[in-house]
Amino acid sequence: MSIVYILWLRQIKRYVRSRARIIGSLAQPLLFLFGMGFGFGPTYEKAGNGSYIQFLAPGIIAMAVLFSAMFSGIEILWDRQFGFLKETLVAPVPRIQIVFGRTLGGASVAMIQGMIVFLFCLLAGFRIENLSHLPLAVLFIFLIAMLFTAIGTVIGSLVEDMQAFPLIMNFLVMPLFFFSGALFPDKGLSNVLHMAMRLNPLTYGVDGLRGGLTDHFIFGPSIDVSFLGVVTVILLFVGSYFFSKIQV
Amino acid sequence: MSHMIQVNSLVKKFDNFHAVNLISFDVEAGKIFGFLGPNGAGKTTTIKMLTTTLLPTSGSILLDGSDPVKSPLQTRRSFGIVFQDPSLDGELTAYENMELHAVLYGVSRNQRKGRIEEFLKFVELWDRRASFAKTFSGGMKRRLEIARALLHSPRILFLDEPTLGLDPQTRNHIWNYIQSLVRERKMTVFFTTHYMDEADRVADEIAVIDHGKIAARGTPASLKEQTKTASLEEAFIALTGRAIREEESSTKDRMRMMGKMWGRS
Repeated sequence: MSIVYILWLRQIKRYVRSRARIIGSLAQPLLFLFGMGFGFGPTYEKAGNGSYIQFLAPGIIAMAVLFSAMFSGIEILWDRQFGFLKETLVAPVPRIQIVFGRTLGGASVAMIQGMIVFLFCLLAGFRIENLSHLPLAVLFIFLIAMLFTAIGTVIGSLVEDMQAFPLIMNFLVMPLFFFSGALFPDKGLSNVLHMAMRLNPLTYGVDGLRGGLTDHFIFGPSIDVSFLGVVTVILLFVGSYFFSKIQV
Repeated sequence: MSHMIQVNSLVKKFDNFHAVNLISFDVEAGKIFGFLGPNGAGKTTTIKMLTTTLLPTSGSILLDGSDPVKSPLQTRRSFGIVFQDPSLDGELTAYENMELHAVLYGVSRNQRKGRIEEFLKFVELWDRRASFAKTFSGGMKRRLEIARALLHSPRILFLDEPTLGLDPQTRNHIWNYIQSLVRERKMTVFFTTHYMDEADRVADEIAVIDHGKIAARGTPASLKEQTKTASLEEAFIALTGRAIREEESSTKDRMRMMGKMWGRS
């Protein structure tokens, strides 16, 4: 457990020490929040769907977590570049503990980012329906963070090319985000789009988060938690397999 | 005398290229063993196999009685390593780098502080413990890495070109630390270097590797005698020839090429 803790602590320290990273990674979600929120808000409300910011805010929080979590995989590439990865690879520690520690660290950073965006959402006029469901929302922020950090770890272990990593990530992150129900409701969509959304793990994260904050679920919390939990555990094992194959 | 490192018929093949081709050697406990060879001769590939980061194609290795292939976790406890390239986390302080290592290697909580202090003082970095590793000079980084490698009291210390790119003062300093370690703690040291004067001065025994094979073995004196030369540098050239090696791209590049992008094996 101390191994997981020290690797977690390392990532928290690195995050807190890099102010540029904190500010830089908030820019995109906030742009979406204000740009989309104020831009599409009137149209959405005219269509009789209620307040758009109430609908959009949980999606934007999920987005901030998704981006931060997925891109945390690049830290493996940095560690490879700067040599620190070797230090962890020759350590007498089971690879699953290293991967779990790193994932927990990356996920915690993503959670902090999500929480900051959450605060901005409140400033933008978002209101929580039922305060007693707030812990449920926080749980979903954590689950989204874990799942996508685990994906980031898998890809970070597979890709060695510094330039290719962000390209691959954008290629994955954007569709995950667009087809998750973060931006638009899943009512009246084409079958193909509907299917894509059901297969996307982020859909369950957004559903759980939106449910926790605004009491509107599609699947319900138990389906959301189980889906995210199972996928995350599988990904952690896949991640530790690929991590153990890294050669430096 | 017990053998701390035993290598038997070790082979590493990359595609059709034999980076290490059937080498065998032993290192006795408490000795400083120099592993010399031109660029691309197979030194780093051998160290990687000994230290569990690369699987051999065939052959056997024993480090302090454990097998890096069969029981990597146990083997990793028995050695400390200073890699050829830096391996510190620059965003952490010297102390934090040490602490992280101590936890990874299971140094108990009540021993941790004392040991970190002891070894940071040993390499004369205790006063800089709160500085970020990225602010250190090359020599300071090396010293910190040596201190870190010693933290879990390994019985074997691997040093892959520990003095590369350092000035003579720092090089002397580093070798003084290492020699006192061997004297005081009965450690076994396995090192590579391109500085023949260093190898001549500090090594108890030397193996020269070339084209993946051991070209010669013995004490520095006996190598000079075998080749009828006056210095180890001349002996080395007599053994490995004068031609400059076109390093057929290092093994690292080879592995990178092989494992490009998704299809790493």
